[in-house]
Amino acid sequence: MRIFEFVFRRLLTAIFVLVGVSIITFAISHVVPSDPAALYLGSTKARPEDLERIRTKLGLDLPLPVQYAIYMRDLMRGDLGTSIATKRPVLQELTDRLPATLELLFVGMFIATLIGVPLGVLSARWQGTWADLFVRIISIVGVSMPAFYLGLIMQIVFFRNLGLFPLSGRVDSDLRFTSPIDPITSFFLIDSILTLNWVALKDVFLHLVLPAFTLAAYPIGLIARMNRAAMLEVLGQDYIRTARAYGIRNSIITYRYALKNAISPTLTVIGLTVAYALTGTFFVEVIFNWPGLGLFTVRSLLALDYPAIMGMTLLGASGYVIINLIVDLLQTAIDPRIRLK
Amino acid sequence: MKNPIATSIESQNTRTLRHVFNIILRDPLALISTVIILFFVFIAIFAPIVAPFPEQGQGRTNAGDTMHPPSAKYLLGADRLGRDILSRIIYGARPALVVPIGVVLFAVFIGAPLGALAGYKGGWVDEVIMRVTDLFLAFPSLLLAMAIAASIGRGLDKAAIALVVSWWPWYTRIARGAAISLKEQYFVEAAQAIGVRDSVIIFRHILPNTISPILVQATVDLGTVILAMGGLAFIGLGTQPPSPDWGLMISEGRTFILDQWWIATFPGIAIFIVVLAFNLLGDTLRDIFDPRQYK
Repeated sequence: MRIFEFVFRRLLTAIFVLVGVSIITFAISHVVPSDPAALYLGSTKARPEDLERIRTKLGLDLPLPVQYAIYMRDLMRGDLGTSIATKRPVLQELTDRLPATLELLFVGMFIATLIGVPLGVLSARWQGTWADLFVRIISIVGVSMPAFYLGLIMQIVFFRNLGLFPLSGRVDSDLRFTSPIDPITSFFLIDSILTLNWVALKDVFLHLVLPAFTLAAYPIGLIARMNRAAMLEVLGQDYIRTARAYGIRNSIITYRYALKNAISPTLTVIGLTVAYALTGTFFVEVIFNWPGLGLFTVRSLLALDYPAIMGMTLLGASGYVIINLIVDLLQTAIDPRIRLK
Repeated sequence: MKNPIATSIESQNTRTLRHVFNIILRDPLALISTVIILFFVFIAIFAPIVAPFPEQGQGRTNAGDTMHPPSAKYLLGADRLGRDILSRIIYGARPALVVPIGVVLFAVFIGAPLGALAGYKGGWVDEVIMRVTDLFLAFPSLLLAMAIAASIGRGLDKAAIALVVSWWPWYTRIARGAAISLKEQYFVEAAQAIGVRDSVIIFRHILPNTISPILVQATVDLGTVILAMGGLAFIGLGTQPPSPDWGLMISEGRTFILDQWWIATFPGIAIFIVVLAFNLLGDTLRDIFDPRQYK
C-alpha cells in the first residue's frame, strides 16, 4: 500500500504545481503587460476604438479573477485560444508540431545517454588518468558551447566542407514526389520503417544527424559529469572495498556492482537534462529550420502571438512536471532504498 | 554594535573569502579562467579606448567595407554593414558578459534573503515562500524568461529583468538550506538568547554565512545565464540592432555562414571562451565548497 500512497502524493503535488503554473502563465500575459489588448494587436499604436473592441472581445474589461476563471474553464475544455498569426486553434498548432520536436528530442537524448553514461563510467573507472581528463574536457566543452553556435559550426563542417549531411529541414523537398511519407504516427523514422519506405528512412535519418548531435552536446556533458560523480561516490563505499578485497575483477565491480547503484542519480540528471534539451530544441530548430514547436514558438514570441506563447509556456512546464514525476516514480521502482525513506 | 559574536562571524567570513582567493591562486585552471574573465570585463569597461573603431562598435555603418574578410585593417573582418567585428565584440561584451553578472547579482539579492527568512523562520513563512519558489522552478528557466521578455517587450533591459525573474528561486533554495543548518549553531542560539531581533539575526548572522555556497552556485550559473542572454539576443528578444551583442551578431551572421563565415564565428568563440572560463572556475569552487552539502 505504501507505494500507492507515494504515487498518490506525488500526483497530487504535480497537480498543485500545474495549477500554479497556469496562474503564472496567466499573469505573464494578463497582468505583466501594461496593455494586453495592445499586445494582442501586436502594436502600441493601435487605434483606441480597435483596442476597446479587442478588450471587450477578450473579456479584458472583466475583473482579473473572473478572467482567470474563464481562462481555466477554457483550459479544462482543451481550448488554448486561437493563434493570432495563423488564425487556427493553438492546441491544433501545438499538436501538429509536437511529433517533429519529440522525434528530435528523443533521438538527441538517446544519443546523449548512449555517449554520456559510458563516458562517465570510463572517467570514474580510470579516475586521474588521461582518459578521465579527456572525458572531463569533453563534458566541460559540451556544457559551454552555445547550441545556436554549435549548429552553425556543424553546418559549415558537415554540409559545406564535407557535404555529408543536408543543410536543414526535416526531409528533402523532393521526397514528397519520389517516395512520400505516410504520416501514421508523424514520427518520420517510425513511419518510414512501418511503410518499408527505405528511401525516406535514409533521407529522414540524414536530416536528423546534425540537429540531433547539436542538441545532444549539452546533455552529453551534463550526463557524463554527473554519472562520473555518482560512480565515484558508489565506488568509494565499503561494499565495493569488500568486493575488491575478495579479489573480484575490476570490470565486474564497475559494471555489475557500482553502475547499478549509480543509475538512480544518473536517471535524475537525465530527467533534468530533458528540460534543458527542450529549450535547446528552440535554437536547434531555428538553425536547422526544423518544423517543430521551437520554430513555432520563436515566431510567436517575435510576433507577440500571445495565445500561442501561453500555450507553449504551459505545455513546456507541464512536460517538465510530468518528466520529473516519471523520473521520481522510476527511481522508486529501480531503487528500493528510496521507498524506505 | 560591536559584540564578540558579530566580530567572530565577520572574521569567519573574511577567512572564507581569503580561502577562495588562495585556492584560485594555486589552481592553474582556475587562475587562467579568472584572468580570462577579468580580461573580458576589462575590455567591456574600457571599450571606447580598446576598440579600434569605437563608432562602428556601437553601430555606425561603414558602407565601403561591407563583408570585408579578416585583414590587417579589420583583424576579425567586417560585417554586412561594414562594421569592424573586433570592435563589435569588444562593445558586445557589455550586454553579453557584464549584464549577466548584474542579472545574477540581482537574483541573489532577491533570492537569498527570502531563502534565509524561510529557513530561519520555518513554519508557514517557509511553506509560503518555498511553494512559490517551487512554482517558478516548475518552468524550464529559459522558456519562462522568453515568455516574460516577449510580453514586457524586447530589449536588453527587458531580457535582463526576465532572467532575474526566472533565476532568483535557485538562490532561495540554497540560502534556505544553509539557513536551516545555521540556525542550530551556537552563535545563532546565543544571539537569540541575548534578545537580538530576528531581522538582525537573519541579515547579520545568517546571510553572511550563506555566502560561500551561493558564491559557488552563482559562478556556475553565470555560464548558464550568459548562454541564456546570448540565446535571447539570438532569437531577437534581447539586445536590438544596431547595438552590439554576441548572440545578436551570431544571429546576423547566420545568413552568411556558408560564405562570410567570420561574421558569426568570432562572436561565437567569444561566448564559448567566457562560458568555458566560468564553468572551469565554478568547477574548482564546487569541488571545495560543495553546495549540495546544504541541500
